[in-house]
Amino acid sequence: MLAVRQLSKSFSGPDGARVPVVSVAEFDLAAGEQLALRGESGSGKTTFLHLIAGILAADAGEVRIDGVGMTALGEPARDRLRAEKLGYIFQTFNLLQGFTVLENVLLGMSFGPRGADRAHARAVLERVGLGHRLEHFPRQLSTGQQQRVAVARALANRPRLVLADEPTGNLDTRHAGEALALIREVCREQAAALLLVSHDEGVLGQFALRRDFAELNQAVGEARR
Amino acid sequence: MTQPLIVYRSLRQHALSTLITAGGIALAAGLLMTVWRVKVESQAAFTQTSAGFDAVLGARGSKLQLVLNAIFHLEASPGNVAAADAEAIRRHPMVKTAIPIAVGDNLRGFRLVGTVPDLFTGVEYAPGRKYAIEAGGRLFAADQREAVAGSFAAQRLGLRVGSVFRPFHGLNFDPKAEHAEEFTVTGILAPTNTPADRVIWLPLRGIQTMAGHDPKAATDVSAVLLQLRTPTAGFMLDMLYNKQGNRLTFAFPVGAIMAELFGKISWFDRVLELVAYLVALVAAGSVLASIYNSMSARQRDLAILRALGARRRTVFGAVVAEATVIGALGALAGLAAHFALYAGVAGLIRAQTGVVLTPWAFHQVLVLCPLAMTALCALGGIVPAVKAYRTPVAETIAPVS
Repeated sequence: MLAVRQLSKSFSGPDGARVPVVSVAEFDLAAGEQLALRGESGSGKTTFLHLIAGILAADAGEVRIDGVGMTALGEPARDRLRAEKLGYIFQTFNLLQGFTVLENVLLGMSFGPRGADRAHARAVLERVGLGHRLEHFPRQLSTGQQQRVAVARALANRPRLVLADEPTGNLDTRHAGEALALIREVCREQAAALLLVSHDEGVLGQFALRRDFAELNQAVGEARR
Repeated sequence: MTQPLIVYRSLRQHALSTLITAGGIALAAGLLMTVWRVKVESQAAFTQTSAGFDAVLGARGSKLQLVLNAIFHLEASPGNVAAADAEAIRRHPMVKTAIPIAVGDNLRGFRLVGTVPDLFTGVEYAPGRKYAIEAGGRLFAADQREAVAGSFAAQRLGLRVGSVFRPFHGLNFDPKAEHAEEFTVTGILAPTNTPADRVIWLPLRGIQTMAGHDPKAATDVSAVLLQLRTPTAGFMLDMLYNKQGNRLTFAFPVGAIMAELFGKISWFDRVLELVAYLVALVAAGSVLASIYNSMSARQRDLAILRALGARRRTVFGAVVAEATVIGALGALAGLAAHFALYAGVAGLIRAQTGVVLTPWAFHQVLVLCPLAMTALCALGGIVPAVKAYRTPVAETIAPVS
């Protein structure tokens, strides 16, 4: 499902020198698999997800999603692939504040291959327990509800891979547990692979498949050298 | 649905700045259309208004003053024409109709003009249109102290058939300069949409023999309005009176003389046009500034859209579309502003000159200006759209961990 090979990314430092942030030799995730990556703040795990999602262009290496080489594509094709194959759940939810709950989900769908399917968007929102909040704006929802909107939006396009970046970081323990269970459950229902990054041991402990991003990312060591 | 939804929500989110910006565009578009139409249509109206006459004969002086005085009932008379001269032109073989007029009095600011009944019975003030008296009235008798009021003057002064009034001496209203003679209104002219509507018409003798007027000039007239038998007659009479003679002025053709006036004040039109263009540019600039200023607040939204799969050209298009919609809303409101403004200006011109401009008449500027304003605003949207296009997704969307 997801294959990463020799992927690297560096940024310019204050002195103009390139600072390596991500350097991953090999990483794979099978279809429907759910894996948690442990990583401290500043370890480059968000950059790693951005590279997989094609939001950032890699300096070198390859990312293949469902057999398609993301890194070899031009930007418009990367955007299309992201909309078709990927769902992204952000730590800060990144909901569009001026749009209703239903519109947030519909907009996410509109860039995908199936377009804005209102009935499906409603169904997904009902699945996450927000069928009664369709016309509400994000600011009118609790934090937990906002996270559920983000989950619905990420999954509305029936993605093959869901990337979740500290998805419970802004939630209290009870809501975090509920949100995580929901994400995993819905991914399972849709047979979507899930790659979650977190530094929360409570979250990581719930995954049978776990990896330490510091071990995976050789750039951490390079930068420190 | 994506772009319309993005545009709609963005406009809703920034409703106040949208309204203010669209309001500025509306004023600019309204002003531009009004300046343009007033310029074009007033010029057309003034140069086409001739009250049905080809030429005017008057005292030696400015042709423009003569035409303004005799046809438009503005300005003072340049002087008198002796009865013998008026009679000579009346009998001239090249002259089809000669209507003498005498001015010099007013009724509370509305001009009194003495003339002969032939003006109302024999002259078409516009092709196929003759003066008509409204039901219940009749034309004045040439030898009585009677009057026929133009429709606009009657309405403003509250004159009806049977109303009695005393004229005031001079062309400007002076309450102390009231004449002793009383005139009775015998009829109200049906509206003609010409300067004649602002006039109260008296028998020629009524004006000439009013107490206080110079008895030596009791047979003189202010001007003679002329219809010629052929267009070439005008050039021959021009030669006779203007080049060979030195006592009288022959103003011909009426339209060309008015066109000369507009030629002389064309610099003013150009200044007005320039101001209107500048206002339009400033309005388009305000669209640019308004959307550009909101970009920093919206960059996160745009980055989120990009992260969801929106292409650069989608967000670019959404911003340009937003500017276009603001422009179109402003241009539409501009049409309303224009009609209100134009109705006001047309009312003013009618009140001052009697020349009628029709606010609801179609003019191509009513289509071109809104389209141009909308296009200009779309152009103004390109700068913020480029900023949207360049939004760095990863840096904007989330802190890097």
